[in-house]
Amino acid sequence: MMYKVRDLKLSLPDMAHKPLIGATPRIEILKGLSFDVPKGAVLGIVGGSGSGKSTLGRAMLRLLAPTGGSICFDGTDITHLSEDQLRGMRQRFQMIFQDPMSSLNPRRRVGGIIAAPLQVQRLDGIPTRIDEALDMVGLPREFAQRYPHELSGGQRQRVGIARAIALRPDFILADEIVSGLDVSSQAQVLNLLGKLVRDLGLTLAFISHDLSVIRRLCDRVLVLHLGEIVEEGATVSLFEAPQAPYTRELLSAIPLPDPHQTWD
Amino acid sequence: MNGYLSIRNLTVRLKGGGTILRDVSLNVAAGQVHGLMGESGAGKSMIGKAVLGTLPRALDITSGQIWLDGVDLQTLPPAERRNRIGALAALIPQDPLTALNPSRRIGPQITRRLVDILGWKRQDAAKRALELLNEVHIPDAPRVMRSYPHELSGGMRQRILIASAFAAEPKLIIADEPTTALDVTVQKQILHLISEMQARHDTALLFVTHDLGVMSKVCDTLSVLYAGKVVEEANMPRFFMRPIHPYSAALLAATPTYTDPTSSLTPVPQTVVDQVEREVMEHDLRTAS
Repeated sequence: MMYKVRDLKLSLPDMAHKPLIGATPRIEILKGLSFDVPKGAVLGIVGGSGSGKSTLGRAMLRLLAPTGGSICFDGTDITHLSEDQLRGMRQRFQMIFQDPMSSLNPRRRVGGIIAAPLQVQRLDGIPTRIDEALDMVGLPREFAQRYPHELSGGQRQRVGIARAIALRPDFILADEIVSGLDVSSQAQVLNLLGKLVRDLGLTLAFISHDLSVIRRLCDRVLVLHLGEIVEEGATVSLFEAPQAPYTRELLSAIPLPDPHQTWD
Repeated sequence: MNGYLSIRNLTVRLKGGGTILRDVSLNVAAGQVHGLMGESGAGKSMIGKAVLGTLPRALDITSGQIWLDGVDLQTLPPAERRNRIGALAALIPQDPLTALNPSRRIGPQITRRLVDILGWKRQDAAKRALELLNEVHIPDAPRVMRSYPHELSGGMRQRILIASAFAAEPKLIIADEPTTALDVTVQKQILHLISEMQARHDTALLFVTHDLGVMSKVCDTLSVLYAGKVVEEANMPRFFMRPIHPYSAALLAATPTYTDPTSSLTPVPQTVVDQVEREVMEHDLRTAS
């Protein structure tokens, strides 16, 4: 198993209801989640806004510290590892962010952006790795000299992907990475991601609110609602025979590009 | 064909250069819903802004006419044009949070257009606002009238903006990506609400979206835009059955659907992009000479 998550809980202080004196109340965002991610799987994590899907992703990468339960990454319990202990491991799990414009440093060239995590990990042969990463995401090598603002939305998202795969990770978390893109570039990025998963043998968790995109890409799906898993299963069975009422509600709410779909 | 809103050969240019809209013509009949479909940068929002007279200062209408309720808006003096647009048309904006003033209560924000534009008395306007909030299915309307925007959910805020768009009984509503910021389940409720309000008030609706799924649920007819040029105009069933322009067909092929996972997702092919680009260029050459 790439990931074993058991009874994962995470709460954050509720600053909106902080009393003048005394302890800040806490909001429970993840309410005891348990699931596995097998090696080589593409797991879709879907849910409405506020369902905790991004929080779950960040907890899996230990960008947030869980308040209960455990997370095992490839046999190692990473629930309570310190930042120093994590640093070496971070090469193995990487993230692609939602908004490429705000997750790429506007003052660095693409080459420098891809190099930054490689330098943190003190890897050698950085220039070669940059070229390889650009090749893999289908961008010309000359793009290493460009700045993010010179690229289109789809190209920027490719840079985000290149930065993640340059480290040759085992696991990648992609958090809503196509929701800001036009359909044509969305299709390109999805096809690219599917190809990379196959070619590099990656394990991928793909967070999205869009079930149509999930169905394209993922072989397992986890449906979150208000911090709890309401349904988990193989993509085909979940779409063909959704069990949880919330999953059915989500599916029936999707407007298909078909004027004959019944949609009340 | 003359619609309630009729845009004829509208060209909008950036001061000192670039063309934003190229010879755009379209009609929205009274009581009909016309969709504007396009990818980002296609100019679909700019059409709405041109109609409402809220184009950014850097843009100019260089030719063409916008007929609203039988009057060419371009021929009116600015003050009269503003009053006419204010009385006849309204906007449902994309982002319900930035469209509401965070430091004012909801009530006055709805009644404002009634008081400012139509010269209603405050009490009458407040009564009308309550009616409208009931009409958009907001529970406990008196409390919501006293609330601030941050106290309400995204779906509630969008309901309020719909209520205030319909407040002055406009005959044309422009909805600019009204559900892009919302969850699918909330999006469904809001789209149903917009259709319901549109039918009840018998308004013409110009619906801007990049989502073909949403489009197919709401609109009667649509225009597909590329680089500020209408590449295809169609009614809804025909468009989805037999898109004529290759760009329209490519957009449909690039849209993922959860019901058909086996079909390969095809990005808009370069040949199609080249073709529309060429059409746009030929258009520019023709109009330049």
